[in-house]
Amino acid sequence: MLQVSLARLKQGHRTIAYPGQEPILPDRFRGLPAVDASKCPDGCEACAAACPTSAITVAPPRVRIDLGRCLFCSDCVAACPEGAIRYTQDFQLATRSREDLVLQDAVLKRAHALDAKSRRLFGRSLKLRQVSAGGCNACEADLNVLSTVVFDLGRFGIQFVASPRHADGIVVTGPVSENMRSALLDTYAAIPAPKLVIAVGACAISGGPYVDNPEVHNGCGGLLPVDLYIPGCPPHPLTILDGLLRLLGRLGE
Amino acid sequence: MSDHGLTTIRSCQAIPRARLPQCSVGDFRTRVVDAIAGGQRLVALFADATASADTVEIYAVLAESSRSLLHVAKTRLAADSFPSLTPDCPQAHLFEREMAEQYGVCPEGHPWFKPVRYHASYRPGHDAWGRQPGETPVIGVTDYYRVEGEEVHEVAVGPVHAGVIEPGHFRFQCHGEEVFHLEISLGYQHRGAERTLVGGPNKRTIHTMETVAGDTSIGHATAYCQTLEALAGCQVPIRAEVLRGVALELERLANHTGDLGALAGDVGYLPTASYCGRLRGEFLNLTALLCGSRFGRGMVRPGAVGFDLDEFRKKQFLERLEAAFRDVSGAVNLLWNAASVQARFEGTGAVDRDACLKLGMVGPAARACGVECDVRYDFPSGIYRFAQVPLCTWQTGDVFARAYVRWLEIGRSVAFIREQLAALPGGPVRAEMVPLKADHLVVSLVEGWRGEICHVALTDADGRFSRYKIIDPSFHNWFGLAMALRDQQISDFPLCNKSFNQSYCGHDL
Repeated sequence: MLQVSLARLKQGHRTIAYPGQEPILPDRFRGLPAVDASKCPDGCEACAAACPTSAITVAPPRVRIDLGRCLFCSDCVAACPEGAIRYTQDFQLATRSREDLVLQDAVLKRAHALDAKSRRLFGRSLKLRQVSAGGCNACEADLNVLSTVVFDLGRFGIQFVASPRHADGIVVTGPVSENMRSALLDTYAAIPAPKLVIAVGACAISGGPYVDNPEVHNGCGGLLPVDLYIPGCPPHPLTILDGLLRLLGRLGE
Repeated sequence: MSDHGLTTIRSCQAIPRARLPQCSVGDFRTRVVDAIAGGQRLVALFADATASADTVEIYAVLAESSRSLLHVAKTRLAADSFPSLTPDCPQAHLFEREMAEQYGVCPEGHPWFKPVRYHASYRPGHDAWGRQPGETPVIGVTDYYRVEGEEVHEVAVGPVHAGVIEPGHFRFQCHGEEVFHLEISLGYQHRGAERTLVGGPNKRTIHTMETVAGDTSIGHATAYCQTLEALAGCQVPIRAEVLRGVALELERLANHTGDLGALAGDVGYLPTASYCGRLRGEFLNLTALLCGSRFGRGMVRPGAVGFDLDEFRKKQFLERLEAAFRDVSGAVNLLWNAASVQARFEGTGAVDRDACLKLGMVGPAARACGVECDVRYDFPSGIYRFAQVPLCTWQTGDVFARAYVRWLEIGRSVAFIREQLAALPGGPVRAEMVPLKADHLVVSLVEGWRGEICHVALTDADGRFSRYKIIDPSFHNWFGLAMALRDQQISDFPLCNKSFNQSYCGHDL
């Protein structure tokens, strides 16, 4: 017993102060990409050619980046001869619509809160059922980590639950393999209305690295009405938490 | 070197495909069965039909650990069937089902002949189950093993489980609380990962590798890069080799720590569950300190590592590693002193050494049965050729053993990282990649945190992949979980499952 108590003391208090305080991310963290299109040489499409998921479209004078497809890898940065693309530390990436994920002129239209009625229902208690539909276990892991003492999702009234009958919404990860399509739809149908759909990660939004494979459905957007898109491969836990809090109108309280 | 129809190579050694002799189907079977009876292990068994849709060739890769040698055998089928190896060598059972499903070749006499991932045959018109063209298999629909009897009942679980985990279907044949048999039916995560690699490498290949099993990004990316480097004859700079090793051990530390926490949670011991949940994240954050991604995305690249480690970063890294290890020690040692934990761990879900060897299990699950196998030790590549990581085993094969081996390995991994970074060699972290050799074969082995990761690449006349085979350690180990559940209480399933913590997507590909 003494040993257990001592261990407890040594482990200390570990819950982060976010959203009260800005979190510190590693300096190599790849958040919101920024493009300085004025540096682009005429006719250069090196970034678009290097992108593994065709997330980049060069349409002078603009370079469009679809965050829903972006794997946040460094291939475009390495390919750019002029250093026009870089990643910023901005981890706040969630949007309410698929179109908003397409980054133009480096301005991201971040997720706005649910309407007043939905916020009354879910704002202080949101129970979510997670379904991995071909996910690689990275998005799943960074959803799981939200329930640890570090992020302590419970303090916001948000919780992952076992039964869809107890849930207010579904969190989808993975490109939606054909073999999980019906289980995903069944789970969604089992959630009582009104219900939310949250797509987490490049796979669930666009198919990610598996886009256009015949075995997958390029994400859940064609099957379910998505309310919140959280991009990344996988998204950082803070990106997910930020998205959930934005949706509930809990930021800036 | 060719001996009685077997060609002998080492891990990460590319050889011309022309040097692989063709055995008759009967000789192929005899050689593989004899080798396994002589103590070798089946690392890979796969089919290929790229030469023409009418010919199916089968490759077997056998591991002779004591001499660090791999033996490759090859045969060409004259018909859409062949005599199954499984009755004489259970290690082949899942490989044969996979070959049947992918290429429509039937292993005659297979005792457990069912689909693996429920997809249509890659050779239209050739179907091992005699399904008509256009008749697509339905996931989970198969003949499940059933125990008959008035007092026997069946429990079906999944594909969607209670927690935030990947999907799979489990069927238990129970007598009261006692499990007679557990059947594991997977395939829900099938994304076509392996098939999409044919014709590569291309700009998407490395990203597929990093997400084959997203919790093993470093392991699979390393196995892939090693195949490319062998095929290109590329010498990776030693500094990059060290940094890959550090990243691979970090991946092991994160997952082992997470697993110990989850095991504690499953027996209701909350202090360790809570602390390890955070500490797993500390190791992930250390990986992000290296390369910006908690899962090591972007770290391992062909001929290179994507990110170097400067002195300031190294100092910060080592300080945080020591702090995390100190906290993990404090958290995990609570487990071994808690009688309530030991009572649940000890004797639960035991797999005996004999079954482990017969099934060809790998990784911590095999080492927990007292089987001495570890790629870092048996088939070292990269930095492990110069730095040895001592092998950790335990004898009891139960949940306790699988937990304790993980704990021992945590200590070894930390010691390895300390040692490597204390003498980090200078020089570049990137070597130039050149085109791949045409018509070659290479087998690349890596000890991921779950065990042996095997990648086999075959190139065509243009130096592109004509076939790429990925074998995640879970592919060898899922049946071990079924064995662990025999005669156990069904309520011990979550604990047993967690003690294996296998990959669904790595299996389903």
